[in-house]
Amino acid sequence: MSAEPTVDTSPKVSDEIRRTTCYMCACRCGIDVHIKNGHIRHIEGNRDHPVNRGVLCAKGSAGVMQHLSPARLKAPLKRVGPRGSGAFEEISWGEAMALATEWLAEVRHRDPKRLAFFAGRDQSQSLTSFWAQNYGTPNYAAHGGFCSVNMAAAGIYTMGGAFWEFGQPDWERAKLFMIFGVAEDHDSNPIKMGLGRLKARGAKVIGVNPVRTGYNAIADEWIGITPGTDGLFILALVHELLRAGRVDLDYLIRYTNAPFLVIDDPDTADHGLFARDDDGKPLVRDRVTGAVAAFDAPGVKPALKGEAPGPDGRTVLPAFELMARKYLDGAYAPDMVAERCGVPAATIRRIAAELARTAFEEEIVIEQPWTDWKGERHQRMVGRPVAFHAMRGISAHSNGFQTCRTLHLLQILLGSVEVPGGFRFKPPYPKPFTAHPKPHAGSEPDQPLPGPHLGYPHGPEDLLICEDGSPWRIDKAYSWEAPLAAHGLMHMVISNAHARDPYGIDVLFMYMANMAWNSSMNTGGVIDMLTARDETGAYRIPKIIYADSYSSEMVAFADLVLPDTTYLERHDCISLLDRPICEADAAADSIRWPVVEPERPGHAGVRCFQSVLIDLGGRLGLQGFVDADGRPLYADYADYMVAHERRPGVGPLAGWRGAGEVHGRGAPNPHQLDRYIENGGFWLSEIPEEARFFKPWNKAYQDWAVSMGFFDAAQPFVFNLYLEPLRRFQLAAEGRAEPQPPDHLRQRVREAFDPLPTWYPPFGDEGAEAGGYTLHAITQRPAAMYHSWGSQNAWLRQIHGRNPLYVSGDVWREHGFEEGDWAYLSSPHGRIKVPVALMEALNPKTVWTWNAIGKREGAWALSPRAPESRQGFLLNHLIHELLPPRGDGLRWSNSDPVTGQAAWYDLRVRIEKAPPGEEIAEPHVPAQQSPVGRGPDMVKYGEGWS
Amino acid sequence: MTSLPPPSDKKLGLVIDLDTCVGCHACVVSCKSWNSSGYGAPLADLDAYGEAPVGSFLNRIHTFEAKQEGRPAQIVHFPKSCLHCEDAPCVTVCPTGASYKRQADGIVLVNEDWCIGCGLCAWACPYGAREMDQAAGVMKKCTLCVDRIYNDNLPEVDREPACVRTCPAGARHFGDLGDPDSAVSHLVAERGGIDLMPEQGTRPVNKYLPPRPKQEIGEAEPVDLVALAEPEAKGFLGWLDRALEKL
Amino acid sequence: MHPAPSLIVFTTLSGLGFGLMVWLGLGLPVAWGWAAFAWCAIAIGGASIGLLASTLHLGNPQRAWRALSQWRSSWLSREGVLAVATLLVFGLYALLWIFFGRRVEALGIAASVLALATVAATAMIYAQLRTVPRWHMPETPILFVLYALAGGALLALQALAGLVLLVLLGCVQVLAWWRGSTAYARSGSSMETATGLTHHGQVRLFEAPHTTPNYLMTEMVFVVGRRRAAALRRIGLALGVVIPALACLLALIVAVPPVVLALAALCHLAGVVAMRWLFYAEAEHLVGLYYGRRPGDRAAA
Repeated sequence: MSAEPTVDTSPKVSDEIRRTTCYMCACRCGIDVHIKNGHIRHIEGNRDHPVNRGVLCAKGSAGVMQHLSPARLKAPLKRVGPRGSGAFEEISWGEAMALATEWLAEVRHRDPKRLAFFAGRDQSQSLTSFWAQNYGTPNYAAHGGFCSVNMAAAGIYTMGGAFWEFGQPDWERAKLFMIFGVAEDHDSNPIKMGLGRLKARGAKVIGVNPVRTGYNAIADEWIGITPGTDGLFILALVHELLRAGRVDLDYLIRYTNAPFLVIDDPDTADHGLFARDDDGKPLVRDRVTGAVAAFDAPGVKPALKGEAPGPDGRTVLPAFELMARKYLDGAYAPDMVAERCGVPAATIRRIAAELARTAFEEEIVIEQPWTDWKGERHQRMVGRPVAFHAMRGISAHSNGFQTCRTLHLLQILLGSVEVPGGFRFKPPYPKPFTAHPKPHAGSEPDQPLPGPHLGYPHGPEDLLICEDGSPWRIDKAYSWEAPLAAHGLMHMVISNAHARDPYGIDVLFMYMANMAWNSSMNTGGVIDMLTARDETGAYRIPKIIYADSYSSEMVAFADLVLPDTTYLERHDCISLLDRPICEADAAADSIRWPVVEPERPGHAGVRCFQSVLIDLGGRLGLQGFVDADGRPLYADYADYMVAHERRPGVGPLAGWRGAGEVHGRGAPNPHQLDRYIENGGFWLSEIPEEARFFKPWNKAYQDWAVSMGFFDAAQPFVFNLYLEPLRRFQLAAEGRAEPQPPDHLRQRVREAFDPLPTWYPPFGDEGAEAGGYTLHAITQRPAAMYHSWGSQNAWLRQIHGRNPLYVSGDVWREHGFEEGDWAYLSSPHGRIKVPVALMEALNPKTVWTWNAIGKREGAWALSPRAPESRQGFLLNHLIHELLPPRGDGLRWSNSDPVTGQAAWYDLRVRIEKAPPGEEIAEPHVPAQQSPVGRGPDMVKYGEGWS
Repeated sequence: MTSLPPPSDKKLGLVIDLDTCVGCHACVVSCKSWNSSGYGAPLADLDAYGEAPVGSFLNRIHTFEAKQEGRPAQIVHFPKSCLHCEDAPCVTVCPTGASYKRQADGIVLVNEDWCIGCGLCAWACPYGAREMDQAAGVMKKCTLCVDRIYNDNLPEVDREPACVRTCPAGARHFGDLGDPDSAVSHLVAERGGIDLMPEQGTRPVNKYLPPRPKQEIGEAEPVDLVALAEPEAKGFLGWLDRALEKL
Repeated sequence: MHPAPSLIVFTTLSGLGFGLMVWLGLGLPVAWGWAAFAWCAIAIGGASIGLLASTLHLGNPQRAWRALSQWRSSWLSREGVLAVATLLVFGLYALLWIFFGRRVEALGIAASVLALATVAATAMIYAQLRTVPRWHMPETPILFVLYALAGGALLALQALAGLVLLVLLGCVQVLAWWRGSTAYARSGSSMETATGLTHHGQVRLFEAPHTTPNYLMTEMVFVVGRRRAAALRRIGLALGVVIPALACLLALIVAVPPVVLALAALCHLAGVVAMRWLFYAEAEHLVGLYYGRRPGDRAAA
């Protein structure tokens, strides 16, 4: 026997570790980038970072392949072939900036609204919106309308925050956790970490999702619900809880508007609004004295039931009684909803009982005294250890806004929001809708907008509609078609601009939004619109500027391409002004910084898009970007991150302000970025112990939030179970308030704007069964792939290089499918040909696939024979921005009538077996040329330097 | 040397919790990243941007579906890498001595300088834990991150395999399975950790914690929530009055 | 298992070459001079081409010499050592025989034993693998040895021995097919034991780890068509056993020119190639369980 070989068990790992923020998805984890011999040796999670605490997902771990992607753009591009062809010439940055400035200045001088500026998965919306506001176009938003605006808007309106960036389950203390409609959506690592902690503690996890993959696969119980019926299922739980009296009355009285008195005076303009005192404060009735008083009057003991005359003699009754009447109705009984939801009635009853038992019999206590907003001192913090989380599965439906409201209703009835063991807000949330701005529009030549674009209307008077009722915005956000469109409607921009409805635009300027492919419904239609010409032969959308880091599908449709850096080559701030990385126990923000230099040898090179935008702001002389003499205020994005002040003392980054000793509010600190880098790329400030729960009503929290600069004054509030703004829209629809919706929308607004959380069938269901579209079709994001980006990644594309359509065992057998078969999948809008695969752990009426795997041939520097473009496919082709014609001469938008969120999970389909033939997914969009060539045949990462 | 060393007291290995793994592939890619520019030749990817990309991976996640009559089917994500068997057939078949099991800690390694790339060790492994690197022509396998776990250049907390360090759900555990008092041994004992294909006689060091029993729809006793409420409650609003009196 | 041409050539030709050496070492047939040279050349050539072909299977053939080191534990190493020893001993034997006209009996017997041991060692490379139940049977080494001896007998023009060996070979081959068809089941391994999901009902692969096949799948998960397998078995048996056996019988009954047996040997070679292809192609590796292949999965064609 010879001796064992000697293994070097202590090789040098790296010369240096540079800590920055990941951007392989929207999760914003901290990463340690190991640099060795000038190369990236390894990327791993930052153990100190609040988001990921050291862990990192597949995408983040594959960052080096993204950074070295052959699809990276190398220079500004000017289109030389027809749109969509991908034929470009490389130009200098000087020429590119001059061209962009010329186009943008001309439009700004003529009619600023003829610029539509939309950012996709942008994490710098506080900058991009600031730029757009100062440019003066009303047409700005990011991708939220396509993503999860129902969730965000329902959460903000109901309780001042929703999931993900707004709040999180109390992973450490929850004993029962229900997760609705979540695949690998936002907050991917925190959810995985949280589930792991729940599992380690033996807490029960219930997954509600038509598909039993990922988180649902490890759930202790799986509810394979039928898509679009979550709200109905939740209201059946509410029905059971109310029937049994298992709700937290003390919580409802203290912290919600359940006791507020609602005017019951049909045929008047305030029927259904709250009765208020002279100061405008909502009234409650004292259950002991029977007298009415302001809801926050000292010592009042509000009643939750009882009709009686109000101060002006009209009948008033507590909102809670209206709730009880609505939800105790037999229509919400488990037996009535079971079949529609695909969930047995016995299961609904059992889950209601488990929720009640855990919330009320396993309550937990933290011995931490605290003081509420009324000055009452509480000796302990009592918690209801039932936590919930939800995402797109419930929000991307035409009933999504109200469905999200039903979930918040359930959380609040159980008294499990902002209590130990329940759902917890992350600073700067909670923030009631009344503390958010209202939306603004306008279009004055060479003038900024009067205020921010996006906000929260309080009633129809806040809509952005012109005198004639036509929408101000190109996407029709905040019109009667989408009154509470809190994130704008990016998915409508191209089709409306093409239709010149409400008006045409001259320049479409987009960032990080793959609208010509997976980020649009109706992909084929959008491609046609982007290439459509008018009677003069000019493009209907005359000029398109697009910024991206990679040779995506959308690049091929731009006239001018501004190449962005990769995430490891750039500055960024994940700001408290935007969508920060806070935790329930701490405020935090973070940066990116160039851990490697952007090098594109032999080409003009790339620039961080935000620096380009700031440069454009300077060239255009936009307020906020130039000083009084018209000189640019900021050298680049890094300079802006440090020097910009949105309000005195409040800038993009909260840490180490002033001389480095103050946080939150303070003067700009020129050495701020160095301090961030020293600290691992982030800043964190813990919330005082006393302020960690009951945040909306906790005096210590409110004071702390003011000191940090989140608000300028304390703003305690109650949760809006009964949402009065919705009632105001209803009143307008009923003809009792101004402005009023157009006649064809009255009925829809009346139904959808129920001030109490409600459920109605998704619009996509209408006529579906009769038309033979008996199946639901949805997509899920795979854990190892984010949007389009993963396909250029040599490691990740091996995991998901193609996607089958998964069909249930029932469908599989009914159609006689066998392994390797292909099928035609049809919706009222189109037909695609796809490979099929069997999945038994699936709602029997549902088919699904992984999203954004399919690619256009020629994109992303892939071979023309790449499986992504031959067997990969998108469901998007089957989904239209509009609903099928109803025969009323109108085309109805395929979206939530409250927020305008794209209702892509409403999709109904039918399936048929495809005869044997060529195994290529249809439709097959003809190839685009690659402005960056093709990737190499072989990758041997590490060879020669490791 | 291709003979197995006498059994060591120390048996380093992994414990993988199938009840917690969500199948996110984080371990797969972190392993690829660490090892591609680490131990031995790079883990090459052939046809990386082409029609049939295929690279060497030392750890992969399979996904299985289990169906029992009368119950909803179940999905189980199943990470798999070398199990560092005590009776490792991949070691004894090796003609060159390149494949060996370390005396000190039981880690099974390949000495790439000696490997002729015959592939027999991959044939001998029932688990598919070894993959030939098509570019270097040598056999690749999990090293249990032997260049991390003893690495003086890493902080102590990081001296664990890359897959374990990165796992977001905490479904992977690393430790000494030869020590009955180690955390991993306790975990195996508490959760009924199992061997894969015990009938193959390989005596794997790595253990798998099986999925815990699921609550299945309709399984539990029917529940009447109302009966759980206060017995005298008659009607919701009547209950409300009494409940409010107590506040 | 993937029926790699290099391995088919290796086992087939080296088997025949070493098989012929057994007979030559035993002093059969009686021949001298150019005839001795021809026979020795066939034997050494077959064995050497086979061994060289096997190195095509290697990722780093320049290090092949290292394979001689682990003879204590590794059948592959033993095979290498034995092959080299056989070639050396037989080479010496051949040298003396061809050029000096001396057939040294002791050397010849040693070469025969070594040649037989080499073939057996080759067989043991396969037979030792529990991971391939169809190979992990006593029939495997018996068959390899019988193939070598029978083929060698034909080449050595030994009609009677050839006939007996071919009949025996045919019987053992059919037995191996018959027992091989249930070997996987007898191994006790299944998708359930492979995943440890033994109390969770029937297990099937839902998603492979990656969407394109990897080394393990191309190397070890080979699916042979049901009809093709049946046809190849018939062809292999006819060419490899029945026709050569009839030729031997004919040679025993009537005097036929030696070329008949030589042609029978070629026919046998063709049959062996077919059956060796099947030997790999039909062998199912347990790792297939992790890639959705159950025992006995066959493509339709």
